[in-house]
Amino acid sequence: MRPFDVETGIAAPYGAANVDTDVIMPKQFLKGIDRSGLDKGVFFDQRFLHDQPNPGFILNQAAWQQAAFLVVGPNFGCGSSREHAVWGLMQLGIRAIIGSSFAGIFFDNCQRNGLLLIELPEPETAALLARVSHPQHNRLTINLGAQRISADGMADIAFEIDGLRKAAILAGQDAIGVTLQRAADIAAFEQRYLGERPWL
Amino acid sequence: MAKTLYHKHIDSHTIARLDDDGHVLLYIDRQVLNEYTSPQAFSGLRQAGRKVARPQAQLTVVDHVNPTTPNRIALVTDSQAARQISYLAENCRDFGLEHLDILDVHQGIEHVVAPELGFILPGMVVAAGDSHTTTYGALGAFGFGIGTSQIEHLLATQTLVYKQLKTMRVTLSGALGPWVSAKDIIMALVAKIGADGATGYAIEFAGSTVKDISVEGRMTICNMAVEAGARGAFMAPDDKVFAYLKDKPRAPKGELWDQALAQWQQLYSDPGAHFDQEVALDVGALAPMVSWGTSPDQATTIGGAVPNDADAQHRRALDYMALSPAQALSGLAISHAFIGSCTNARIEDLRLAAQVAKGRKVAKGVRALVVPGSSAVRRQAEAEGLAQTLMEAGFEWRQSGCSMCLAMNDDVLGPGDRCASSTNRNFEGRQGAGARTHLMSPAMVAAAAITGALVDVRTLMEESV
Repeated sequence: MRPFDVETGIAAPYGAANVDTDVIMPKQFLKGIDRSGLDKGVFFDQRFLHDQPNPGFILNQAAWQQAAFLVVGPNFGCGSSREHAVWGLMQLGIRAIIGSSFAGIFFDNCQRNGLLLIELPEPETAALLARVSHPQHNRLTINLGAQRISADGMADIAFEIDGLRKAAILAGQDAIGVTLQRAADIAAFEQRYLGERPWL
Repeated sequence: MAKTLYHKHIDSHTIARLDDDGHVLLYIDRQVLNEYTSPQAFSGLRQAGRKVARPQAQLTVVDHVNPTTPNRIALVTDSQAARQISYLAENCRDFGLEHLDILDVHQGIEHVVAPELGFILPGMVVAAGDSHTTTYGALGAFGFGIGTSQIEHLLATQTLVYKQLKTMRVTLSGALGPWVSAKDIIMALVAKIGADGATGYAIEFAGSTVKDISVEGRMTICNMAVEAGARGAFMAPDDKVFAYLKDKPRAPKGELWDQALAQWQQLYSDPGAHFDQEVALDVGALAPMVSWGTSPDQATTIGGAVPNDADAQHRRALDYMALSPAQALSGLAISHAFIGSCTNARIEDLRLAAQVAKGRKVAKGVRALVVPGSSAVRRQAEAEGLAQTLMEAGFEWRQSGCSMCLAMNDDVLGPGDRCASSTNRNFEGRQGAGARTHLMSPAMVAAAAITGALVDVRTLMEESV
């Protein structure tokens, strides 16, 4: 997993509420057995018209097509558990998403892949959405270590993040490896737990 | 201290507390895997040279991509689907996991099959690579959906790094009217609190109504709690649940059953336990629900109309659904009807649909499909004569699977098709690019199929008395 510390890039506004993972990664892209080629599927039905880029879609417009960040509406990533949505976004170059709330499974999937999610209060999200909608003001710097979002001519925005999440994303950590360091604790727990529940 | 049911589950499964933000290393009793969210997890294990920690705690099912054609054979013509199916079989062989392949006698949708096998028991914490894992709350287990990286983590360690949720109690009171069902309760709740109304929460359904609802109906309610954002939904297990589980193939037997039962009877929220949020719903006042938009919370009663406002979110949904502000929902013509999915393809659902269909005919120009939730449901429906009734009415009688709920197999709607659907999601493109989905109960779907339009099932059934 690629670590995230300080990154500067273009932020694209995508303000709809309740954007579900069916929309982020439609079903026809879920039939692989590896993670490759999913960049094509991201927002497919909105990004493409008859397999040609839809000029009306935000990520096809010159000012935002190199976006590294998305600023999104509430409850982004709801619906299906498909992690393909997160893999696709990352393959498209998205490194962080800023919004007021994210659906739980999507949140965990992003965490596991090092895609930084930043939760801000609704008014701050709305202001940021309005700002990056202007081509001249679409660049942001996200400093995870300092927990700040900054841009020219804008007061820094501070954000909260759990210490555990922050450390894992900063380090680009292998979560399974970390857990396996506790193998002895797990084995001891399992022995006691199953002993108390012999029907399992 | 008085504990909620949720906290009883978390506390009994916590191996270690990881910080002060509520993260714990959580022991997981069981995992259910499917063919489309698991391949990269197995590949990851292989690449890292890791083993499956507890193979006997895994059940794998093919359900999303398999064809549901009546003469289903092992040969799957879609090469990508075939590859996913064969890769899962290969993974199960290599790692020693129990596998229900597409011709298995138990084949079906994971959330239908796992309970009917007794693989899910009260007090368990269960995870699966599918958001509707919340279904298992109906059995007094805590189930939640995970992504592929977490599937890999779970296979390798039998644990997950887990952040504890807030708790919401939804108190259901009153008695359901005729032809108003569990589906209407959960649709009304999602409409009431919103598609993100329970984000960050585990819901416990409580109140006098719960005991009146069958275990299958409870599964429908817990299943769709995720459509309000809940990462888990519970009901305290009671005698109905214990009766449902008794004699299931994987349920404990004899002395072990008695031991298990004694422990399961302790699974309830203690009196006075604190919930972070409380919601009340009087189900006596409910009417059959239908969705009009592209999010499950965009729903109202069959006698209602789409909203008459200028909200941008609503405008986009209405544009996609080809509806106008203030338009009445009753009478809206449909082209398709679908009874299926992990929400509503259990035997009781098919009994209700058959009751509506009996002696009637599917309207001209409507294509109506019934896809049982599992092979066992299919066999039972045939034994009870339900299949015959539905076929005589003009419904197609299919093999089990997820099918047109998310349309990953050949059962896909075309652009502009309008479908009355017993499923859980009306998202843009969910049942096919450009397809328009109206969610409702199986009885309401059957009524829509018969009349060719959205209709109040109560009216249809009264007319014939």
